[in-house]
Amino acid sequence: MRTLRRYRLAIAVFVLDLIILAVRPETGRAVIRATFRNLLQMAQFLPAIFLLLGLLDVWVSRQAVIAALGKRSGPFGVFLSIVLGAAAAGPLYAAFPVASTMLVKGASVFNVFVFLGAWANLKIPMSLFELSSMGPRFALTRWALNAIGIVAIATIMRRLFSDEEVAEMYSSQRNKEAPQTEVKPPEG
Amino acid sequence: MESIFAYGLAITFLIASYLKDRTKTRQALQKAYSSLEGILPDFLAVLGLVGLALTLLPPQTITALIGRSSGWAGMILASIVGSVTLIPGFVAFPLAKSLRDGGAGIPQIAVFVTTLMAVGFVTAPLESKYLGRKETLLRNGLSFVWAFVVALVLGMVVR
Repeated sequence: MRTLRRYRLAIAVFVLDLIILAVRPETGRAVIRATFRNLLQMAQFLPAIFLLLGLLDVWVSRQAVIAALGKRSGPFGVFLSIVLGAAAAGPLYAAFPVASTMLVKGASVFNVFVFLGAWANLKIPMSLFELSSMGPRFALTRWALNAIGIVAIATIMRRLFSDEEVAEMYSSQRNKEAPQTEVKPPEG
Repeated sequence: MESIFAYGLAITFLIASYLKDRTKTRQALQKAYSSLEGILPDFLAVLGLVGLALTLLPPQTITALIGRSSGWAGMILASIVGSVTLIPGFVAFPLAKSLRDGGAGIPQIAVFVTTLMAVGFVTAPLESKYLGRKETLLRNGLSFVWAFVVALVLGMVVR
């Protein structure tokens, strides 16, 4: 029953698909084909990402993450966040669990915002694709602009979050990860 | 290609971890499983929604919508289409190229591509689940606005 409730939105979408299939078989088949393609795409990287996150959780200490990406990591932390995001594979929604784990491990909120921006906009594999289809002028200008933009956006976002909201963001990560250790915001 | 790399990396680390410490490796696997299982319902729902969106707004329709329009109206239209759709990169860029070949303006294409990558309407529930409502609203909202800055600059830089 609990499982059923958790899957209610997925089930609702599936029922909607079935209704479309009954009313407009052509469209319905296309929807199901597209959904199946998405499932395959997700299966291509999501388990690998969660596996890596699991290993990271066990092997990488909080202190190490705080030193590299925490409040006091400075320009190096920002640089590392950009590199991590730009080296990523997979669509943006795969970045959310990664961002969550970063917070659990004590990365600063600002660096997590930068990381998300880099994942969305600066992914190298994606940029190579863009380079070949849109040309260097378009692709490189967009990349350089976005590199500035994500830091600007992260700065604005960080300013709009109060200290209480930041603390709340750290503590709310517990639900998804169920870490053994209690999640505390990094001091400062 | 990317997935081979991701799995290769994960499996290499898994083996190294197993050789070093079995108990920790078992913990890591349990964590990986429980966090994947925990979020799976939301992922499945989002994928279903994306499937719907892709079918109702196929690349041909997007080309027709964005290709014809120009100016601010065209940019606003392109930004909305880019925000609600979620297309993998290997489809998105050939699509962007065909838009340009079809005569669409550089700012319209830039705003489309940028919102496509950074603004996720269908993935917002998932983002909100992980990072909260405020983060989701701000990140998507600011990225949406930013896409227009990118578009205006690209319109001047790229002929």
